[in-house]
Amino acid sequence: MDFKDYYKVMGVPRDATEAQIKQAYRKLARKYHPDVSKEKDAEARFKEVGEAYEVLRSPEKRAAYDQLGSGPRPGERFNPPPDWGAGFEFGGAGPGAGSGQADHSDFFEALFGAAGRAHRGRRGIDPERGEDTHAKVMLDLDATINGGTRTFTLRIPEIDATGHMSAKARTLNVQIPKGILPGQTIRLAGQGGPAHGKGASGDLYIEVEFEPHSLYRLDGRDLYLDLPVAPWEAALGATVKTPTPTGPVDLKIPAGTHAGGKLRLKGRGIPCSPPGDFYVVTQIALPAADDEPAKTAYRAMAAAMPFNPRASLGV
Amino acid sequence: MPSPHAAPLSGEIVEESVVLSVSDLSRMIRVDERHIVELVEEGVLSVLEIDSSEWRFSGASLRRARVALRLEHDLGLNLPGVALALDLLEELERLRREREIERR
Repeated sequence: MDFKDYYKVMGVPRDATEAQIKQAYRKLARKYHPDVSKEKDAEARFKEVGEAYEVLRSPEKRAAYDQLGSGPRPGERFNPPPDWGAGFEFGGAGPGAGSGQADHSDFFEALFGAAGRAHRGRRGIDPERGEDTHAKVMLDLDATINGGTRTFTLRIPEIDATGHMSAKARTLNVQIPKGILPGQTIRLAGQGGPAHGKGASGDLYIEVEFEPHSLYRLDGRDLYLDLPVAPWEAALGATVKTPTPTGPVDLKIPAGTHAGGKLRLKGRGIPCSPPGDFYVVTQIALPAADDEPAKTAYRAMAAAMPFNPRASLGV
Repeated sequence: MPSPHAAPLSGEIVEESVVLSVSDLSRMIRVDERHIVELVEEGVLSVLEIDSSEWRFSGASLRRARVALRLEHDLGLNLPGVALALDLLEELERLRREREIERR
């Protein structure tokens, strides 16, 4: 496994004080928190920072970690020394009880895995009921437009008899409710954590987000399509074929349509309740003047129409 | 892969078809009911009908509550801070969407 330099991750010197470490953590956590950040690899960075903080904030873990020195030379593999952890007491749950709990690196698991994990107290009125679990998946837009089933592989954390946590892959075939919107959640009753004793299983909650579509953009429940039209179609009006999520339709382009004009097809967006709308945004596509007849046509247009596209710029 | 004879699982959209009680939310996000009450008192979550004898939440509260807990826990925010952050995040999201549309 790879050695992790937690000081480097946190951007603090090896002799940093607790206060410096906490400050660095808060700053990095705000920057990379997946609910707040738009950074590209926010989630991975946030987990890394959380793990580093979990070790460096605990005097026992930090002391044990410091004994490892600054790790093997680049390219060398790291293995914990045989007497690792002797004389240290790792107890209590770390800060990882929030977002990234089950997702420590192999490095962390090898060092602190079995010891650092505290079972969460059971709560609620039915102690035998299994726990509710949560997952997040990416869907294609077609799944919400037309419904249908999708197959997901979820990683379910499992704790074995020795206290080691591992992620078990679980494949689910799920009927996607037509009209589900980004950020919404599907509840699968009884698919969560197993029952304790005679209780019922918990539920599984799947939050969905959408992958970008090659043609359509999603905004809330509305869909947008950029539709190229020829200059004469825009100027004179025309009926043109346009793709929609439910199949191509004939769309009437009114005369005098300009670039960026929006045409609304009511109720043809995401089929939720009430359904979203489908917007066609017109783009004027210019034919190339790459042969003599085309050039002649452009020259005829220039001669026929005194047109200054820059009139509004005052020139 | 799931076995071919397994029927696909179907569920409902929480935001659309589910109304939650305090104990539902408490179980779903694994916090004490007392904490749910605090989330309401600080304006992080809102109740559907304030004057009914038992509090009810819309399904959309589930996601809001989960984000609130993560912010509270991971960033060390107190509840008024969480409420402010959530409102600002919503506003930011709305502005980003508007800008995205205007750019087209």
